Amino acid sequence: MWNAIKLVVLGLIVLFAALAANWGRDLAYQVHAIIILAVAGGLFVWTLRHVGDERVPVNQMEYMDGVIRAGVVATAFWGVVGFLAGVFIAFQLAFPVLNFDWAQGYMNFGRLRPLHTSAVIFAFGGNALLCTSFYIVQRTSAARLWGGNLAWFVFWGYQLFIVLAATGYLLGATQSKEYAEPEWYVDLWITVVWVAYLLVFAGTLMKRKEPHIYVANWFLLSFIITVAMLHLVNNLTIPVSIWGSKSVIVWAGVQDAMTQWWYGHNAVGFFLTAGFLGMMYYFVPKQAERPVFSYKLSIIHFWALIFLYIWAGPHHLHYTALPDWASTLGMVFSVVLWMPSWGGMINGLMTLSGAWDKLRTDPIIRMMVISIGFYGMSTFEGPMMSIRAVNSLSHYTDWTIGHVHSGALGWNGMITFGCLYFLVPKLWNRERLYSLAMVNWHFWLATIGIVLYAASMWVTGIMEGLMWREVDAQGFLVNSFADTVAAKFPMYVVRGLGGVLYLTGAIIMCYNLWMTVRAQPKTSDAPAMAPAE
Amino acid sequence: MSTEEKKNEAGYGTTGHVWDGLEEWNNPLPRWWVWTFYATCLWGLIYTIAYPAWPLVDRATAGFLGYSTRAEVAEQIAEVDAQNADLRTALAEADLTMISDNADLQNYAVQGGAAVFRANCSQCHGSGAAGVQAAGYPNLLDDDWLWGGTIDEIAYTITHGIRNEQSPDSHWSEMPAYGRDEILGEDEIGQVVHYVLQISGQEHDAAKATPGAELFLNECSGCHMENGMGDPTQGAPNLTDAIWLYGGTEETLTETITNARFGVMPAWSEEWRAAGGLDQAEINAVAAYVHQLGGGQ
Repeated sequence: MWNAIKLVVLGLIVLFAALAANWGRDLAYQVHAIIILAVAGGLFVWTLRHVGDERVPVNQMEYMDGVIRAGVVATAFWGVVGFLAGVFIAFQLAFPVLNFDWAQGYMNFGRLRPLHTSAVIFAFGGNALLCTSFYIVQRTSAARLWGGNLAWFVFWGYQLFIVLAATGYLLGATQSKEYAEPEWYVDLWITVVWVAYLLVFAGTLMKRKEPHIYVANWFLLSFIITVAMLHLVNNLTIPVSIWGSKSVIVWAGVQDAMTQWWYGHNAVGFFLTAGFLGMMYYFVPKQAERPVFSYKLSIIHFWALIFLYIWAGPHHLHYTALPDWASTLGMVFSVVLWMPSWGGMINGLMTLSGAWDKLRTDPIIRMMVISIGFYGMSTFEGPMMSIRAVNSLSHYTDWTIGHVHSGALGWNGMITFGCLYFLVPKLWNRERLYSLAMVNWHFWLATIGIVLYAASMWVTGIMEGLMWREVDAQGFLVNSFADTVAAKFPMYVVRGLGGVLYLTGAIIMCYNLWMTVRAQPKTSDAPAMAPAE
Repeated sequence: MSTEEKKNEAGYGTTGHVWDGLEEWNNPLPRWWVWTFYATCLWGLIYTIAYPAWPLVDRATAGFLGYSTRAEVAEQIAEVDAQNADLRTALAEADLTMISDNADLQNYAVQGGAAVFRANCSQCHGSGAAGVQAAGYPNLLDDDWLWGGTIDEIAYTITHGIRNEQSPDSHWSEMPAYGRDEILGEDEIGQVVHYVLQISGQEHDAAKATPGAELFLNECSGCHMENGMGDPTQGAPNLTDAIWLYGGTEETLTETITNARFGVMPAWSEEWRAAGGLDQAEINAVAAYVHQLGGGQ
């Protein structure tokens, strides 16, 4: 019966996709229709061939780790893709000739830039969050993932979202909203996937055998729920045609700008901060083998963080058409957010108290500690940059780009690398990593890469901010925009080199993880589910 | 697992909960963290009372400092205007040819003129003042001037414009439509075209150009002069150089002679322009800016 329903639904999707491929009004839409046609068609055939197969009973006393293994592979893969795109567009800015004539309209900076941001945030970061949250929620609930194969639907549905988003950008389908570029049908699809994700996560929490919910899960749940809310409100659009990718956002003017940055800032706040704090709260004490520093601090900073973050968006719109009152509130809440953000840093770092010697011996701990350090630095820099007077210098400059990257490369990247190093031996039942020396290499390459990146962007950002506002004795602007672009050239090259180092580190990590699975001896016994304690 | 006896160096135990081997200390909040948090909250409260912040039903609190970003910008602009007031007066009253002798005044005129140009003139003449070639919008960077290229002549053109009905003193001249009004036959127009091609140093048919010379002398030299070099007092372009307002090919020349051209520029003086007109200082500024672009005489 279930198979019959599946076949009917898949058949209808195939039919609709075929019509859409035929009647599509733009290339991106047609290509997407063909992708969906292929996926649904493949699933149809696969389902048909397996009708009547006996269902292998699932051991409910085992963790569901297959989907997490897939997530680890996807995280590493998309990470390298995203870093590569970033390095390439960094050099496109330094050497515009890399915007090849033959690739105009597909691979010029404007098309590749959202590809880079979405690849690193949603593909790399998103897969990291998916797989670690599935890992964490099972272990800390002592329960198998709820919903059976729904977790696999979430994983593959998310990969399809990534492919549709990325190909859409290259072919010119975009809503022109930062971090929310995918068009309406991709938005609808990720909504379905996200609701399934919430069901799997919350369902697992509901059937937990532990009396309390572990702190990491508070952060992960708040991330899942808030991102859903942000996504739905910011992407309210009306498609121009059901047979085309173009849609029109229901918000207009400054309301649209405010909605966009309410979304955009909280994408940082809940996707890249709350979600990743959830990762930190599990993997740091695990790797350090020490209790979390303070339960009280975790409660206070959790509620303060999620309450305050949601107000901070207007600091992206200082000195615009946004009313002054909204701008003030955005700035004040951003500054008040400083300590709640640092609560996470304190809880992460102080968890190591009494175990600081591990910094010398354990490169994975070192990676996690530097990521918390970068978290602390960027959550101080952010509130500072949100102050109107500072923002009048920093806004629209490369300083912002540097700030974002010290957070993204330093905090999100490094904590994810640490988690992957932790997870791979556990998930594949290997005794240890292939090479700790390589982890060390990765650590230093990435760290030096970030330093080059952030430092060069501070220099160019402050320089161009000062050049833009420089006026002569009579009040006339001294520099043209092109003057500032020319002045930035050397720092653009340094930034690109920083990216190369970071990418190299990630490739070394992939090799290390690959060899861990390929060449390391297996541990004797598969891990059983932890008993409720 | 019993955690009763477990204590850290500070003497605090754990919460007693264990998840997958993870525990949490019962450490208190770090004092410096709490006080810094309180301090930022207090600062935030005071700041939101001082500045526009809290939304009400139909407005927001204005803050006791009466601050607004828009007022701040207006203040800064007024400050610079006040500082430059003497320069502005001097510019409005200046003998235009003397502006460049005063470095301060020249800078004020050229920089200010560039801003006026970007706002008012760039729509036709381009943001770089190179005009739109062969479309009737003259290039202001070269030394070819339809109505004269001295700074005073440029200022006059800006003030009164060309062939408009706003200023009674606007430049005015009208080329006859030789073909449309049947002053010349099609063959004759072809001959004139080839003569113009000849004097502008382009490829031409000599058999047509020779009778064309005769026709040119009779019909065209009144404005374009016998040597074809034009007359800026009549807005008649020089036909012997490579610079063309509407194009110098056989096809476009034929079109020009057959139907004539009638390029219009508005009068920019506030005297002739109710909204968005320029005052004398602004006119002088744009004139100084355009004059120093490269071709000023």
